[in-house]
Amino acid sequence: MLGIYLSALVLLPIAALTAKATSGGPGVLWREITNPEALAAIKLTLVVAVVVVALNAVFGTLIAWVLVRDEFPGKRLVNALIDLPFALPTIVAGLVLLSLYGHGSPVGVNVAFTRASVALALLFVTLPFVVRSVQPVLHELELSMEEAAASLGAGPFTVVRRIVLPSLTPAIVSGVALSFARAVGEFGSLVLITGNLPFKTEAGSVYVFAQIQNENLPAAAAVSFALLVAALVVLGALTFVSRWSSKHVR
Amino acid sequence: MSASQPATLETPSPVSVLGRGAAAGRRRGEGALAGRLTLRALALGYLALLLVAPVGMVFYRTFEHGLDAVWNAVSASNAQHAFWLSLEIAAIAVPLNTAFGIGAALLLERGRFRGRAALGVLIDLPFAISPVVVGLTLVLVYGKAGWLGGWLADNGLSVIFSVPGMVMATAVVSLPFVARETMPVLRELGTDAEQAAATLGATAWQTFWRVTLPAIRWGVVYGVVLTSARALGEFGAVSIVSGRIEGQTQTLPLYVQDRFENFDGTGAYAAAVVLALLALGTLLAMNLLTRRARERGAR
Repeated sequence: MLGIYLSALVLLPIAALTAKATSGGPGVLWREITNPEALAAIKLTLVVAVVVVALNAVFGTLIAWVLVRDEFPGKRLVNALIDLPFALPTIVAGLVLLSLYGHGSPVGVNVAFTRASVALALLFVTLPFVVRSVQPVLHELELSMEEAAASLGAGPFTVVRRIVLPSLTPAIVSGVALSFARAVGEFGSLVLITGNLPFKTEAGSVYVFAQIQNENLPAAAAVSFALLVAALVVLGALTFVSRWSSKHVR
Repeated sequence: MSASQPATLETPSPVSVLGRGAAAGRRRGEGALAGRLTLRALALGYLALLLVAPVGMVFYRTFEHGLDAVWNAVSASNAQHAFWLSLEIAAIAVPLNTAFGIGAALLLERGRFRGRAALGVLIDLPFAISPVVVGLTLVLVYGKAGWLGGWLADNGLSVIFSVPGMVMATAVVSLPFVARETMPVLRELGTDAEQAAATLGATAWQTFWRVTLPAIRWGVVYGVVLTSARALGEFGAVSIVSGRIEGQTQTLPLYVQDRFENFDGTGAYAAAVVLALLALGTLLAMNLLTRRARERGAR
Protein backbone atom coordinates (compact mmCIF):
# COMPACT_ATOMS: atom_id res chain seq x y z
CA MET A 1 0.00 0.00 0.00
CA LEU A 2 2.68 2.45 1.05
CA GLY A 3 4.74 1.41 -1.93
CA ILE A 4 1.91 2.01 -4.39
CA TYR A 5 1.16 5.42 -2.91
CA LEU A 6 4.80 6.48 -3.00
CA SER A 7 5.28 5.08 -6.50
CA ALA A 8 2.21 6.82 -7.88
CA LEU A 9 3.06 10.18 -6.35
CA VAL A 10 6.86 10.37 -6.31
CA LEU A 11 8.75 7.48 -7.86
CA LEU A 12 6.94 7.14 -11.18
CA PRO A 13 6.68 10.92 -11.76
CA ILE A 14 10.39 11.46 -11.03
CA ALA A 15 11.25 8.59 -13.36
CA ALA A 16 9.08 10.16 -16.07
CA LEU A 17 10.86 13.50 -15.61
CA THR A 18 14.28 11.89 -15.81
CA ALA A 19 13.24 9.94 -18.91
CA LYS A 20 11.83 13.06 -20.58
CA ALA A 21 14.89 15.17 -19.75
CA THR A 22 17.38 12.60 -20.99
CA SER A 23 15.35 11.05 -23.84
CA GLY A 24 17.19 13.06 -26.51
CA GLY A 25 20.58 12.19 -25.07
CA PRO A 26 23.03 14.41 -23.17
CA GLY A 27 23.47 16.71 -26.19
CA VAL A 28 19.81 17.71 -26.27
CA LEU A 29 19.68 18.06 -22.48
CA TRP A 30 22.72 20.33 -22.60
CA ARG A 31 21.24 22.40 -25.46
CA GLU A 32 17.99 22.93 -23.57
CA ILE A 33 19.82 23.96 -20.39
CA THR A 34 22.20 26.30 -22.22
CA ASN A 35 19.43 27.96 -24.21
CA PRO A 36 20.13 31.66 -23.40
CA GLU A 37 16.81 32.29 -21.64
CA ALA A 38 17.05 29.06 -19.63
CA LEU A 39 20.66 29.74 -18.74
CA ALA A 40 19.83 33.28 -17.59
CA ALA A 41 17.03 31.92 -15.40
CA ILE A 42 19.21 29.20 -13.87
CA LYS A 43 22.04 31.67 -13.25
CA LEU A 44 19.69 34.17 -11.61
CA THR A 45 18.24 31.46 -9.41
CA LEU A 46 21.61 30.16 -8.25
CA VAL A 47 23.19 33.61 -7.69
CA VAL A 48 20.21 34.99 -5.78
CA ALA A 49 19.93 31.76 -3.77
CA VAL A 50 23.57 32.10 -2.68
CA VAL A 51 23.06 35.73 -1.63
CA VAL A 52 19.83 34.89 0.21
CA VAL A 53 21.38 31.93 1.96
CA ALA A 54 24.35 34.05 3.12
CA LEU A 55 21.97 36.67 4.56
CA ASN A 56 19.96 33.89 6.19
CA ALA A 57 23.08 32.48 7.84
CA VAL A 58 23.83 35.87 9.42
CA PHE A 59 20.34 37.05 10.33
CA GLY A 60 19.00 33.59 11.15
CA THR A 61 21.79 33.00 13.66
CA LEU A 62 21.33 36.49 15.06
CA ILE A 63 17.57 35.99 15.50
CA ALA A 64 18.11 32.57 17.07
CA TRP A 65 20.63 34.09 19.50
CA VAL A 66 18.25 36.87 20.49
CA LEU A 67 15.39 34.39 20.96
CA VAL A 68 17.46 32.07 23.17
CA ARG A 69 19.81 34.34 25.13
CA ASP A 70 17.90 37.62 25.36
CA GLU A 71 14.82 38.43 27.43
CA PHE A 72 12.29 41.05 26.37
CA PRO A 73 8.53 41.49 26.55
CA GLY A 74 6.73 39.80 23.66
CA LYS A 75 9.51 37.30 23.04
CA ARG A 76 7.12 34.37 22.84
CA LEU A 77 4.99 36.14 20.24
CA VAL A 78 8.09 36.90 18.14
CA ASN A 79 9.16 33.27 18.47
CA ALA A 80 5.76 32.10 17.24
CA LEU A 81 5.83 34.53 14.28
CA ILE A 82 9.07 33.05 12.92
CA ASP A 83 7.08 30.14 11.43
CA LEU A 84 4.64 32.44 9.63
CA PRO A 85 6.45 32.16 6.27
CA PHE A 86 5.97 28.35 6.46
CA ALA A 87 2.27 28.66 7.27
CA LEU A 88 1.47 31.42 4.80
CA PRO A 89 0.61 30.29 1.25
CA THR A 90 3.40 31.37 -1.10
CA ILE A 91 1.11 33.39 -3.37
CA VAL A 92 0.00 35.35 -0.29
CA ALA A 93 3.64 35.85 0.67
CA GLY A 94 4.22 37.50 -2.69
CA LEU A 95 1.15 39.69 -2.32
CA VAL A 96 2.17 40.62 1.22
CA LEU A 97 5.59 41.84 0.05
CA LEU A 98 4.08 43.59 -2.95
CA SER A 99 1.64 45.53 -0.77
CA LEU A 100 4.48 47.16 1.16
CA TYR A 101 7.38 47.11 -1.28
CA GLY A 102 5.55 47.32 -4.63
CA HIS A 103 3.93 50.04 -6.76
CA GLY A 104 2.38 52.75 -4.62
CA SER A 105 4.44 51.62 -1.65
CA PRO A 106 3.49 53.65 1.44
CA VAL A 107 7.17 53.78 2.45
CA GLY A 108 8.36 54.79 -1.03
CA VAL A 109 10.29 51.59 -1.71
CA ASN A 110 9.31 49.90 -4.97
CA VAL A 111 11.28 46.79 -5.82
CA ALA A 112 8.58 45.16 -7.98
CA PHE A 113 9.89 43.69 -11.25
CA THR A 114 13.55 44.08 -10.17
CA ARG A 115 16.08 41.44 -9.20
CA ALA A 116 15.91 42.75 -5.64
CA SER A 117 12.31 41.54 -5.53
CA VAL A 118 13.48 37.99 -6.26
CA ALA A 119 15.86 38.17 -3.30
CA LEU A 120 13.20 39.76 -1.08
CA ALA A 121 10.65 37.02 -1.80
CA LEU A 122 13.22 34.27 -1.24
CA LEU A 123 14.38 35.88 2.04
CA PHE A 124 10.78 35.89 3.21
CA VAL A 125 9.98 32.25 2.45
CA THR A 126 13.30 30.86 3.74
CA LEU A 127 13.44 32.93 6.94
CA PRO A 128 12.60 30.12 9.41
CA PHE A 129 15.14 27.49 8.29
CA VAL A 130 18.34 28.77 9.90
CA VAL A 131 16.54 30.19 12.96
CA ARG A 132 14.81 26.89 13.65
CA SER A 133 17.89 24.75 13.16
CA VAL A 134 20.19 26.97 15.27
CA GLN A 135 17.75 27.63 18.13
CA PRO A 136 17.74 24.17 19.76
CA VAL A 137 21.53 23.85 19.53
CA LEU A 138 22.03 27.26 21.11
CA HIS A 139 19.58 26.25 23.81
CA GLU A 140 21.65 23.18 24.67
CA LEU A 141 24.95 25.05 24.54
CA GLU A 142 26.43 25.36 28.04
CA LEU A 143 26.94 28.93 29.16
CA SER A 144 29.78 27.75 31.39
CA MET A 145 32.22 27.38 28.52
CA GLU A 146 31.58 30.93 27.33
CA GLU A 147 31.87 32.20 30.91
CA ALA A 148 35.13 30.33 31.37
CA ALA A 149 36.49 31.86 28.17
CA ALA A 150 35.36 35.32 29.27
CA SER A 151 36.87 34.98 32.73
CA LEU A 152 40.16 33.97 31.13
CA GLY A 153 40.11 37.35 29.38
CA ALA A 154 38.47 36.59 26.01
CA GLY A 155 36.51 39.53 24.60
CA PRO A 156 32.94 39.00 23.35
CA PHE A 157 34.09 38.68 19.72
CA THR A 158 36.67 36.08 20.64
CA VAL A 159 34.07 34.12 22.61
CA VAL A 160 31.64 34.18 19.69
CA ARG A 161 34.32 33.31 17.13
CA ARG A 162 36.14 30.62 19.11
CA ILE A 163 33.40 29.08 21.27
CA VAL A 164 29.87 29.84 20.01
CA LEU A 165 30.24 29.74 16.23
CA PRO A 166 32.17 26.45 16.04
CA SER A 167 29.42 24.73 18.04
CA LEU A 168 26.69 26.26 15.88
CA THR A 169 28.31 25.62 12.51
CA PRO A 170 26.65 22.24 11.81
CA ALA A 171 23.22 23.69 12.62
CA ILE A 172 23.83 26.79 10.50
CA VAL A 173 25.02 24.62 7.62
CA SER A 174 21.95 22.40 7.74
CA GLY A 175 19.65 25.45 7.89
CA VAL A 176 21.53 26.95 4.95
CA ALA A 177 21.19 23.72 2.96
CA LEU A 178 17.43 23.61 3.47
CA SER A 179 17.14 27.33 2.61
CA PHE A 180 19.12 26.79 -0.56
CA ALA A 181 16.99 23.88 -1.73
CA ARG A 182 13.84 25.86 -1.03
CA ALA A 183 15.20 29.02 -2.72
CA VAL A 184 16.16 27.13 -5.87
CA GLY A 185 12.67 25.65 -6.24
CA GLU A 186 10.56 28.56 -5.02
CA PHE A 187 7.75 29.65 -7.32
CA GLY A 188 4.54 30.99 -5.73
CA SER A 189 6.03 33.99 -3.94
CA LEU A 190 7.84 35.12 -7.11
CA VAL A 191 4.86 35.14 -9.47
CA LEU A 192 3.30 38.45 -8.50
CA ILE A 193 6.25 40.55 -7.35
CA THR A 194 8.98 39.78 -9.92
CA GLY A 195 6.93 40.29 -13.09
CA ASN A 196 8.67 37.16 -14.54
CA LEU A 197 10.69 39.17 -17.07
CA PRO A 198 12.89 36.86 -19.19
CA PHE A 199 16.65 37.60 -18.86
CA LYS A 200 15.91 39.92 -15.95
CA THR A 201 13.73 38.58 -13.14
CA GLU A 202 12.71 35.18 -14.46
CA ALA A 203 13.81 32.50 -12.00
CA GLY A 204 14.36 28.87 -12.96
CA SER A 205 11.03 27.61 -11.67
CA VAL A 206 9.20 30.47 -13.42
CA TYR A 207 10.96 29.57 -16.67
CA VAL A 208 9.83 25.94 -16.27
CA PHE A 209 6.28 27.14 -15.68
CA ALA A 210 6.35 29.29 -18.82
CA GLN A 211 7.64 26.39 -20.92
CA ILE A 212 4.87 24.12 -19.63
CA GLN A 213 2.31 26.77 -20.58
CA ASN A 214 3.85 26.90 -24.06
CA GLU A 215 3.67 23.09 -24.22
CA ASN A 216 7.44 22.98 -24.63
CA LEU A 217 7.80 19.99 -22.32
CA PRO A 218 11.36 18.96 -23.34
CA ALA A 219 12.71 22.38 -22.28
CA ALA A 220 10.65 22.34 -19.08
CA ALA A 221 11.88 18.84 -18.23
CA ALA A 222 15.52 19.69 -18.94
CA VAL A 223 15.60 22.77 -16.72
CA SER A 224 13.55 20.98 -14.03
CA PHE A 225 16.11 18.23 -14.09
CA ALA A 226 18.95 20.74 -13.71
CA LEU A 227 17.23 22.48 -10.77
CA LEU A 228 16.50 19.13 -9.13
CA VAL A 229 20.12 18.03 -9.45
CA ALA A 230 21.37 21.39 -8.12
CA ALA A 231 19.13 21.15 -5.05
CA LEU A 232 20.07 17.52 -4.37
CA VAL A 233 23.80 18.13 -4.81
CA VAL A 234 23.76 21.07 -2.40
CA LEU A 235 21.61 19.20 0.12
CA GLY A 236 23.86 16.17 -0.08
CA ALA A 237 27.11 18.14 0.05
CA LEU A 238 26.04 20.30 2.96
CA THR A 239 24.72 17.32 4.91
CA PHE A 240 28.11 15.70 4.37
CA VAL A 241 29.96 18.85 5.46
CA SER A 242 27.81 19.22 8.54
CA ARG A 243 28.36 15.57 9.56
CA TRP A 244 32.08 15.99 9.00
CA SER A 245 32.30 19.24 10.99
CA SER A 246 30.23 17.92 13.89
CA LYS A 247 32.73 15.06 14.13
CA HIS A 248 35.85 17.19 13.83
CA VAL A 249 35.01 20.43 15.64
CA ARG A 250 35.79 19.11 19.09
CA MET B 1 44.25 44.39 31.70
CA SER B 2 46.99 42.71 29.73
CA ALA B 3 49.71 44.75 31.45
CA SER B 4 48.71 43.66 34.94
CA GLN B 5 48.11 40.08 33.96
CA PRO B 6 51.60 38.60 34.34
CA ALA B 7 51.86 39.99 37.90
CA THR B 8 48.59 38.41 38.96
CA LEU B 9 49.51 35.14 37.37
CA GLU B 10 52.72 34.98 39.44
CA THR B 11 50.78 35.27 42.66
CA PRO B 12 47.66 33.22 42.04
CA SER B 13 45.80 33.87 45.28
CA PRO B 14 42.09 32.99 45.03
CA VAL B 15 41.11 36.41 46.41
CA SER B 16 42.92 38.44 43.77
CA VAL B 17 41.54 36.26 41.00
CA LEU B 18 38.01 36.71 42.29
CA GLY B 19 38.43 40.48 42.65
CA ARG B 20 39.76 40.86 39.14
CA GLY B 21 36.96 38.72 37.79
CA ALA B 22 34.29 40.85 39.46
CA ALA B 23 35.69 44.16 38.20
CA ALA B 24 36.12 42.82 34.70
CA GLY B 25 32.65 41.32 34.92
CA ARG B 26 31.13 44.72 35.68
CA ARG B 27 32.91 46.34 32.77
CA ARG B 28 31.89 43.52 30.54
CA GLY B 29 28.37 43.71 31.95
CA GLU B 30 27.92 47.23 30.59
CA GLY B 31 29.51 46.36 27.27
CA ALA B 32 27.42 43.20 27.05
CA LEU B 33 24.20 45.11 27.73
CA ALA B 34 24.90 47.57 24.92
CA GLY B 35 25.84 44.67 22.67
CA ARG B 36 22.73 42.76 23.59
CA LEU B 37 20.47 45.74 22.90
CA THR B 38 22.14 46.25 19.52
CA LEU B 39 21.64 42.62 18.57
CA ARG B 40 18.04 42.70 19.78
CA ALA B 41 17.35 45.85 17.73
CA LEU B 42 18.95 44.28 14.64
CA ALA B 43 17.02 41.02 14.94
CA LEU B 44 13.67 42.63 15.68
CA GLY B 45 14.22 45.31 13.03
CA TYR B 46 14.92 42.66 10.41
CA LEU B 47 11.79 40.73 11.38
CA ALA B 48 9.68 43.89 11.40
CA LEU B 49 10.78 44.94 7.91
CA LEU B 50 10.63 41.50 6.31
CA LEU B 51 7.70 39.91 8.10
CA VAL B 52 5.50 41.95 10.38
CA ALA B 53 5.14 45.19 8.41
CA PRO B 54 4.31 43.52 5.06
CA VAL B 55 1.77 41.16 6.65
CA GLY B 56 0.20 44.06 8.55
CA MET B 57 0.07 46.04 5.30
CA VAL B 58 -1.99 43.33 3.57
CA PHE B 59 -4.55 43.50 6.36
CA TYR B 60 -4.62 47.30 6.09
CA ARG B 61 -5.02 47.22 2.28
CA THR B 62 -7.82 44.69 2.63
CA PHE B 63 -9.89 46.66 5.10
CA GLU B 64 -9.12 50.21 3.93
CA HIS B 65 -12.30 50.32 1.79
CA GLY B 66 -14.48 49.07 4.61
CA LEU B 67 -15.98 45.77 5.63
CA ASP B 68 -18.72 45.79 2.97
CA ALA B 69 -16.20 45.66 0.12
CA VAL B 70 -14.40 42.75 1.79
CA TRP B 71 -17.67 40.91 2.37
CA ASN B 72 -18.73 41.38 -1.25
CA ALA B 73 -15.34 40.14 -2.41
CA VAL B 74 -15.32 36.96 -0.32
CA SER B 75 -18.95 36.14 -1.08
CA ALA B 76 -18.46 36.37 -4.87
CA SER B 77 -19.45 33.02 -6.34
CA ASN B 78 -16.02 32.22 -7.79
CA ALA B 79 -14.40 33.05 -4.46
CA GLN B 80 -16.83 30.77 -2.65
CA HIS B 81 -16.24 27.99 -5.11
CA ALA B 82 -12.47 28.38 -4.81
CA PHE B 83 -12.68 28.30 -1.02
CA TRP B 84 -14.75 25.10 -0.91
CA LEU B 85 -12.62 23.44 -3.58
CA SER B 86 -9.50 24.15 -1.51
CA LEU B 87 -11.17 22.60 1.53
CA GLU B 88 -12.35 19.60 -0.49
CA ILE B 89 -8.87 18.91 -1.85
CA ALA B 90 -7.32 19.24 1.60
CA ALA B 91 -10.03 16.98 3.05
CA ILE B 92 -8.93 14.20 0.68
CA ALA B 93 -5.17 14.75 0.60
CA VAL B 94 -4.61 15.28 4.33
CA PRO B 95 -6.13 11.95 5.56
CA LEU B 96 -4.30 10.07 2.79
CA ASN B 97 -0.99 11.65 3.78
CA THR B 98 -1.70 11.07 7.46
CA ALA B 99 -2.23 7.34 6.95
CA PHE B 100 0.81 7.19 4.69
CA GLY B 101 2.94 9.26 7.07
CA ILE B 102 2.17 7.07 10.10
CA GLY B 103 2.80 3.91 8.10
CA ALA B 104 6.06 5.25 6.67
CA ALA B 105 7.23 6.44 10.10
CA LEU B 106 6.54 2.99 11.61
CA LEU B 107 8.34 1.32 8.75
CA LEU B 108 11.37 3.63 9.03
CA GLU B 109 11.64 3.51 12.83
CA ARG B 110 10.54 -0.04 13.57
CA GLY B 111 11.32 -1.90 10.37
CA ARG B 112 14.61 -3.61 9.62
CA PHE B 113 15.02 -4.03 5.91
CA ARG B 114 17.40 -3.17 3.11
CA GLY B 115 16.83 0.20 1.47
CA ARG B 116 15.50 1.86 4.60
CA ALA B 117 17.78 4.85 4.07
CA ALA B 118 16.64 5.11 0.45
CA LEU B 119 13.01 5.13 1.57
CA GLY B 120 13.78 7.97 3.98
CA VAL B 121 15.38 10.01 1.20
CA LEU B 122 12.44 9.28 -1.11
CA ILE B 123 9.91 10.50 1.45
CA ASP B 124 11.88 13.72 1.98
CA LEU B 125 12.31 14.29 -1.75
CA PRO B 126 9.19 16.48 -2.21
CA PHE B 127 10.81 19.11 0.03
CA ALA B 128 13.81 19.31 -2.29
CA ILE B 129 11.74 19.61 -5.48
CA SER B 130 10.21 22.80 -6.80
CA PRO B 131 6.38 22.72 -6.74
CA VAL B 132 6.47 23.53 -10.45
CA VAL B 133 8.60 20.46 -11.06
CA VAL B 134 6.18 18.37 -8.99
CA GLY B 135 3.37 19.56 -11.26
CA LEU B 136 5.42 18.79 -14.36
CA THR B 137 6.30 15.26 -13.19
CA LEU B 138 2.60 14.51 -12.66
CA VAL B 139 1.72 15.85 -16.12
CA LEU B 140 4.43 13.62 -17.62
CA VAL B 141 2.80 10.54 -16.09
CA TYR B 142 -0.90 11.33 -16.01
CA GLY B 143 -1.27 14.02 -18.72
CA LYS B 144 -2.72 13.30 -22.15
CA ALA B 145 0.75 12.67 -23.61
CA GLY B 146 2.01 11.09 -20.39
CA TRP B 147 3.02 7.52 -19.61
CA LEU B 148 -0.43 6.56 -18.33
CA GLY B 149 -2.36 9.24 -20.24
CA GLY B 150 -3.60 6.93 -23.00
CA TRP B 151 -4.76 4.23 -20.59
CA LEU B 152 -6.55 6.81 -18.41
CA ALA B 153 -8.29 8.33 -21.45
CA ASP B 154 -9.40 4.89 -22.70
CA ASN B 155 -10.99 4.25 -19.34
CA GLY B 156 -12.68 7.65 -19.27
CA LEU B 157 -10.60 8.88 -16.32
CA SER B 158 -9.31 12.42 -16.20
CA VAL B 159 -6.57 13.29 -13.74
CA ILE B 160 -4.75 16.32 -15.11
CA PHE B 161 -6.89 19.49 -15.40
CA SER B 162 -9.36 18.06 -12.89
CA VAL B 163 -9.72 17.48 -9.18
CA PRO B 164 -7.91 14.09 -8.90
CA GLY B 165 -4.72 15.62 -10.31
CA MET B 166 -5.01 18.58 -7.95
CA VAL B 167 -5.39 16.21 -5.01
CA MET B 168 -2.31 14.30 -6.17
CA ALA B 169 -0.25 17.49 -6.54
CA THR B 170 -1.34 18.61 -3.07
CA ALA B 171 -0.53 15.20 -1.59
CA VAL B 172 2.98 15.20 -3.08
CA VAL B 173 4.02 18.62 -1.79
CA SER B 174 2.73 17.90 1.72
CA LEU B 175 3.88 14.26 1.78
CA PRO B 176 6.80 14.39 4.27
CA PHE B 177 5.23 16.30 7.18
CA VAL B 178 3.42 13.55 9.12
CA ALA B 179 6.27 11.04 8.75
CA ARG B 180 8.85 13.68 9.71
CA GLU B 181 6.95 14.75 12.85
CA THR B 182 6.02 11.21 13.92
CA MET B 183 9.44 9.59 13.56
CA PRO B 184 11.22 11.38 16.43
CA VAL B 185 8.26 10.66 18.75
CA LEU B 186 8.38 6.97 17.85
CA ARG B 187 12.13 6.90 18.43
CA GLU B 188 11.69 8.61 21.81
CA LEU B 189 8.89 6.21 22.76
CA GLY B 190 10.98 3.08 22.35
CA THR B 191 9.48 -0.38 21.98
CA ASP B 192 9.04 -1.46 25.62
CA ALA B 193 5.30 -0.87 25.83
CA GLU B 194 4.72 -2.44 22.40
CA GLN B 195 6.68 -5.54 23.35
CA ALA B 196 4.81 -5.80 26.64
CA ALA B 197 1.50 -5.62 24.79
CA ALA B 198 2.65 -8.30 22.36
CA THR B 199 3.77 -10.54 25.23
CA LEU B 200 0.35 -10.16 26.81
CA GLY B 201 -1.20 -11.49 23.61
CA ALA B 202 -2.22 -8.36 21.74
CA THR B 203 -2.23 -8.62 17.95
CA ALA B 204 -0.09 -6.20 15.97
CA TRP B 205 -3.24 -4.29 15.04
CA GLN B 206 -4.41 -4.05 18.70
CA THR B 207 -0.94 -2.93 19.79
CA PHE B 208 -0.98 -0.20 17.18
CA TRP B 209 -4.42 1.18 18.10
CA ARG B 210 -4.21 0.79 21.88
CA VAL B 211 -0.51 1.39 22.62
CA THR B 212 1.44 3.06 19.82
CA LEU B 213 -1.09 5.48 18.35
CA PRO B 214 -2.18 7.03 21.68
CA ALA B 215 1.47 7.58 22.58
CA ILE B 216 2.41 9.28 19.31
CA ARG B 217 -0.83 11.17 18.72
CA TRP B 218 0.52 14.66 19.40
CA GLY B 219 3.37 14.15 16.98
CA VAL B 220 0.84 13.00 14.40
CA VAL B 221 -1.46 15.95 15.08
CA TYR B 222 1.45 18.36 14.68
CA GLY B 223 2.23 16.77 11.33
CA VAL B 224 -1.43 16.99 10.32
CA VAL B 225 -1.49 20.72 11.12
CA LEU B 226 1.56 21.32 8.92
CA THR B 227 0.11 19.12 6.16
CA SER B 228 -3.21 20.97 6.22
CA ALA B 229 -1.56 24.39 6.08
CA ARG B 230 0.51 23.35 3.12
CA ALA B 231 -2.44 21.64 1.42
CA LEU B 232 -4.67 24.70 1.69
CA GLY B 233 -1.94 27.04 0.50
CA GLU B 234 -0.25 25.08 -2.30
CA PHE B 235 0.11 27.14 -5.43
CA GLY B 236 2.76 26.07 -7.95
CA ALA B 237 2.06 22.35 -8.29
CA VAL B 238 -1.72 22.79 -8.28
CA SER B 239 -1.45 25.66 -10.74
CA ILE B 240 0.15 23.38 -13.33
CA VAL B 241 -2.15 20.37 -13.03
CA SER B 242 -5.39 22.36 -12.59
CA GLY B 243 -5.66 24.20 -15.90
CA ARG B 244 -6.99 27.08 -13.74
CA ILE B 245 -10.54 27.07 -15.00
CA GLU B 246 -12.52 29.77 -13.17
CA GLY B 247 -15.27 28.37 -11.00
CA GLN B 248 -14.14 24.83 -11.76
CA THR B 249 -10.51 24.01 -10.99
CA GLN B 250 -9.54 27.23 -9.26
CA THR B 251 -8.43 26.89 -5.64
CA LEU B 252 -8.23 29.86 -3.30
CA PRO B 253 -4.48 30.53 -3.87
CA LEU B 254 -5.09 30.38 -7.64
CA TYR B 255 -8.03 32.74 -7.19
CA VAL B 256 -5.74 35.27 -5.44
CA GLN B 257 -3.45 35.30 -8.48
CA ASP B 258 -6.36 35.48 -10.92
CA ARG B 259 -7.98 38.45 -9.14
CA PHE B 260 -4.66 40.29 -8.84
CA GLU B 261 -3.81 39.85 -12.50
CA ASN B 262 -7.30 41.04 -13.45
CA PHE B 263 -6.74 44.27 -11.51
CA ASP B 264 -9.26 43.30 -8.84
CA GLY B 265 -7.09 44.29 -5.87
CA THR B 266 -9.96 44.10 -3.39
CA GLY B 267 -10.80 40.53 -4.43
CA ALA B 268 -7.16 39.46 -4.30
CA TYR B 269 -6.51 41.04 -0.91
CA ALA B 270 -9.74 39.69 0.62
CA ALA B 271 -8.96 36.11 -0.48
CA ALA B 272 -5.34 36.55 0.66
CA VAL B 273 -6.53 37.64 4.09
CA VAL B 274 -8.74 34.55 4.38
CA LEU B 275 -5.65 32.44 3.65
CA ALA B 276 -3.51 34.53 6.02
CA LEU B 277 -6.05 33.98 8.82
CA LEU B 278 -5.90 30.23 8.17
CA ALA B 279 -2.11 30.51 8.43
CA LEU B 280 -2.32 32.40 11.72
CA GLY B 281 -4.70 29.70 13.00
CA THR B 282 -2.08 27.14 12.01
CA LEU B 283 0.59 29.02 13.97
CA LEU B 284 -1.65 29.13 17.01
CA ALA B 285 -2.32 25.39 16.78
CA MET B 286 1.40 24.69 16.38
CA ASN B 287 2.17 26.69 19.49
CA LEU B 288 -0.48 25.02 21.60
CA LEU B 289 0.80 21.63 20.46
CA THR B 290 4.48 22.35 21.19
CA ARG B 291 3.56 23.72 24.61
CA ARG B 292 1.57 20.58 25.29
CA ALA B 293 4.48 18.41 24.16
CA ARG B 294 6.87 20.37 26.39
CA GLU B 295 4.59 19.99 29.41
CA ARG B 296 4.36 16.28 28.79
CA GLY B 297 8.12 16.11 28.46
CA ALA B 298 8.58 17.96 31.76
CA ARG B 299 6.44 15.52 33.69
